Amino acid sequence: MRLRVLQFAVLAVLILLWHLFTAPGLLPNFYFEQDNRAAFFFGEPVKVFWVMVDWFTSFEIFQHLGVTLLETVLGFVIGAAAGLGIGLWLALADTASAVMEPYIKGLNSMPRVVLAPIFAVWFGLGIWSKVALGVTLVFFVVFFNVYQGVREVSPVLLANARMLGASRSQLLRSIYLPSAMSWVFASLHNAVGLAFVGAVVGEYLGSSQGVGYLILQAEGTFDINTVFAGIVVLTAFALVLDAVVGAIERRLMTWQPKAGETETSSLGAGEARGRFSRKWATSVRNESYNSRLSCSVSRRRSLWRRLSPPSFRRMLPNGWKGRWAVDW
Amino acid sequence: MNGAINDAPALALEDITCRFAAREGGAAYTAVSHATLTVRAGEFVSVVGPTGCGKSTLLNVAAGLLGPSSGTIKVFGEPLRASAGVNERAGYMFQADALMPWRTGLDNVIAGLEFRGMSRAKAMAQGEDWLRRVGLAGFGDRYPHQMSGGMRKRLALAQTLILSPDILLMDEPFSALDVQTRQLMENELLALWAADRKSVLFITHDLEEAIALSDRVVVLSAGPGTRPIGDFKIDLPRPRDVSEIRMAPAFVALHKEIWGAMKEEVLKAYQRQKAA
Repeated sequence: MRLRVLQFAVLAVLILLWHLFTAPGLLPNFYFEQDNRAAFFFGEPVKVFWVMVDWFTSFEIFQHLGVTLLETVLGFVIGAAAGLGIGLWLALADTASAVMEPYIKGLNSMPRVVLAPIFAVWFGLGIWSKVALGVTLVFFVVFFNVYQGVREVSPVLLANARMLGASRSQLLRSIYLPSAMSWVFASLHNAVGLAFVGAVVGEYLGSSQGVGYLILQAEGTFDINTVFAGIVVLTAFALVLDAVVGAIERRLMTWQPKAGETETSSLGAGEARGRFSRKWATSVRNESYNSRLSCSVSRRRSLWRRLSPPSFRRMLPNGWKGRWAVDW
Repeated sequence: MNGAINDAPALALEDITCRFAAREGGAAYTAVSHATLTVRAGEFVSVVGPTGCGKSTLLNVAAGLLGPSSGTIKVFGEPLRASAGVNERAGYMFQADALMPWRTGLDNVIAGLEFRGMSRAKAMAQGEDWLRRVGLAGFGDRYPHQMSGGMRKRLALAQTLILSPDILLMDEPFSALDVQTRQLMENELLALWAADRKSVLFITHDLEEAIALSDRVVVLSAGPGTRPIGDFKIDLPRPRDVSEIRMAPAFVALHKEIWGAMKEEVLKAYQRQKAA
């Protein structure tokens, strides 16, 4: 509770400063020559607030938010499904993954936002060009995680399932998929965020609806307050999406040990890594993929050591050997 | 079981050699060389040997998880080929944790039944029964990470035994447990085994455990190129209590005899590890 109060205090101070420095005539000018210049360039929090009130009371915003949400969800679902499918395929087919390696690397290194104009030409200015951009962004995040997740399935777990009589498709369903899913969920927050980026950037480059379109229109008339209002609405909306993903994750991943619960086995160290660790983990994973398509666990581990701040490492259980510790 | 081949041994490893390709430039590593080992139906055989001597390799060959470089494996008289799939008449209990962390205890126990296509309701009933038999009644809805090491081993035992395999392969299953839990588990294993007399191939590095549990103890030589160098019949009376039988004079005599055969190999393995 105390924490929440402090968190809101930071926000309040920032808004207050914003107001003090931009309100015309409130403070003597020290940079701009005219009173209203600061407000022109940086907007005014009070006016931003009234723009938002106007949007929500006139229901105008809901149509645009709905469009942006639809694009986000479609981009996320299609991108995640493709990433899951192709990730599973390449992780299980050695030849195919060796052949595809340079192309995957190349596509991942490409700044994919530059594809937006091409998508606009191919799919028009409707929602599908935005969905396509979201898909290209989401795909790689999910793909790398599924790939790594399947590659790092414990060999003991596989051998055990085989001895219990699992066929190939049953191995896929009951070992590979659940194992990969724990990695996918670790990246889901990133993936949803990227789908959102795809939608908004796509709208910003050319559209007739959506929050990105509102921002684009306001910018055309130098209406900086409306631009800021759009940014605030987008940010709040992204936080809501993130919370939804968190709730889904908690529901589906009940089998993972939670922080504070005694960790008797060495797996599922994910929770213990703390609240900012997801990004670290993801960057480490991508790095290891780029270094070599066939994963090298030890390399990933050493990268993790190099990249993770000591405070996170201290939170790991003793003898942590990667996500799935294996003694074969 | 087929009547005609009833007297065939449950498991016969004949002249097994396993070579592993070396990594970049080195010579190939021969883990097991010309090893012959049989387990008769209903027999409890332990294999002991110094650390790193290829015990697990031998067990993986028996399970059909690993194809030998040469030699044949016969299961109740029928040849087993690793390329054609695993040994379907065997259950395997691993040294490391092999439970699916995303399944509850009960779902882990019935995994094998599900793979065989049994209806869920029927499998659940059997699973509950087995949870009771290994002393985990009421723990079926817990996830593996919420259980202690001993509970997870019981769960793994139930997971393997629910399929009622004719052959039980065990790879140092209790090595990770503390001494007390370990003796409890050994007694429970003996009780379960006495109920329907499976053939058991039990791998361990602990000679006391091997003698206390088995009908026969096979001693392996130090690696590389492991092969059996001693075969000792354990004629201690059954039923046994593993914690009491260790005090019996016959036990001590057997221990002395087998340790005499093992000692040299253990020292050899130690020297080799020190040199490496």
